[in-house]
Amino acid sequence: MPELAEAAKKTKAWACYDCGKCTATCPIARVGGSYSPRRHVLATNLGQQREIVENNTLFTCLTCSLCDRRCPAQVTYTELVRDLRELSHGHGVEPECPHGGALQSVMRMMAKGGTQQNRMGWLSQDLKTESAKGQVFYWTGCTMYYDAFFPEFQVKTLEGTRSAVRLMNKLGINPVVSPDERCCGHDLLWNGDRKSFELLAEHNVKLVANSGAELLVTSCAECLRTWKVDYEPFFGAKPPRIVHVTEYLAEHLPDLKFDTDRAAGTGPDGDGSRGPVRVTYQDPCRLGRHLGIYFAPRQLLEALPGVELSEMRRSEAAAICCAGGTWSNCDRFAKQIQVERLREARATGAQVLVTACPKCQVHFRCAMKDPNLGGEIEIEMRDVVELVDQAVGQK
Amino acid sequence: MTTGAKRPKRQTAKRTPPKAPPPWDPSIVVFACNWCSYAGADTAGVSRIQHQPHFRMIRVMCSGRIQPGFVLRAFEKGADGVLVSGCHFGDCHYIFGNERAVEQFEKTKEVVKLLGLEEGRLRLEWISAAEGVRFAQVINEFTDQVRTLGPSPWNGKRQQSVGRAAGQRPTTES
Repeated sequence: MPELAEAAKKTKAWACYDCGKCTATCPIARVGGSYSPRRHVLATNLGQQREIVENNTLFTCLTCSLCDRRCPAQVTYTELVRDLRELSHGHGVEPECPHGGALQSVMRMMAKGGTQQNRMGWLSQDLKTESAKGQVFYWTGCTMYYDAFFPEFQVKTLEGTRSAVRLMNKLGINPVVSPDERCCGHDLLWNGDRKSFELLAEHNVKLVANSGAELLVTSCAECLRTWKVDYEPFFGAKPPRIVHVTEYLAEHLPDLKFDTDRAAGTGPDGDGSRGPVRVTYQDPCRLGRHLGIYFAPRQLLEALPGVELSEMRRSEAAAICCAGGTWSNCDRFAKQIQVERLREARATGAQVLVTACPKCQVHFRCAMKDPNLGGEIEIEMRDVVELVDQAVGQK
Repeated sequence: MTTGAKRPKRQTAKRTPPKAPPPWDPSIVVFACNWCSYAGADTAGVSRIQHQPHFRMIRVMCSGRIQPGFVLRAFEKGADGVLVSGCHFGDCHYIFGNERAVEQFEKTKEVVKLLGLEEGRLRLEWISAAEGVRFAQVINEFTDQVRTLGPSPWNGKRQQSVGRAAGQRPTTES
């Protein structure tokens, strides 16, 4: 199979010496799933396309990249699984989406275009933005869709988005927030639908290029990965600099004036509780292992007055992912991973679980709704940017 | 004549002035629950109640099954309108399935609004098994509503049907 040989070459799968560390590391395999990255690598090397396409376990992978880290032969399994998914997509294999494919449909409709989305409804009066041209482009991502789609989990991912714009305003910048923004195509690409991804990529790259922005800031870890890595072939002569909002704020840390009385006095709920608030940080897989951004969010959290960061047992490069990467792999094993991770967060004694990706929030909040575990795994969830915004206060 | 009738020559077609584009008929997907709405459609059929035939019906066991994914997929595949129907409140065969349907429908509506699709393309109706007349009426109303909205942006026919004569309404037997 020429495609498989190509994929093996690209991802260095041929270097695999069958040690099985990937399978031993895999969060899915560790909680009892029969999933084996090694088997896919082996099948790729042997050119067994049928084994890969018909086995139908490809979409179990979280693409969290933990195995890539541990692989002694430096096989990039995450890239390999994406190539294999593209191959299967050509054979009509689609992931079994727990949401009935609703989000995939939404993304494909955006890829085809033709309507004017109403995606600016979240912008409140106090936020100042430009709609077409500007130096800085704020890439919102699809948080408004998540908030509309998951009302039962009280998902408030838009709060992080609003906070990011508010903070940029406080730094004297009115970012471009475009009504013509479309999904970045991350999930479609990772589900194997490269055609739709390319449509989205072309549209989005053009949109940002036309805005004349030199800097693109985003709050979503997945959008960041897509922009930084996967959009590269689509960029024209002068691509913008692409940073995550935590990196951006960390760069401007000296300019942020924290309201010390307010931040130290009250908890992030505003419930009036005294003393520092202990938080713990969940590394999103896209931000951490995929792009190596571990420091910026921690730097922000440590700079906040009245906030104490305590790390989970497995953090930074060893962090466990929220187990729902591409809207394609939610099952009982994913649930088990989420529950374990939430227990780990609770064990730090933290009151707030902070993250830097809206999807982590959606998935952990969903896991918290478990009727049998009750309050055992419940923990407040916020975005890093929300905490920074709170600490800056009205100043 | 043993070779059969000859085909008439196409000269006549040449003489007529260029025709207006053919009237456009929407493609509508109707989700109906097994116990009430589907039976309501049956009632309309056996009573020979006239209504517009531009919909495909998908039967599900309960309207509570109709999750956003179904409706959004219909739109993605080019449906111009989607009608979700079920039993009246209190009549659900599964006691509270239609209450779930409302929850799912509200979510779907939010997403459809965000996508920038006209709200009129999506509708929720309760139709009981006895309401054949009502079924026909809802279908007629909805079909007309969607027809005035025009083809959905994801309908492949959009390009050909621009400039169509709006408001034409062919009636056929159900």
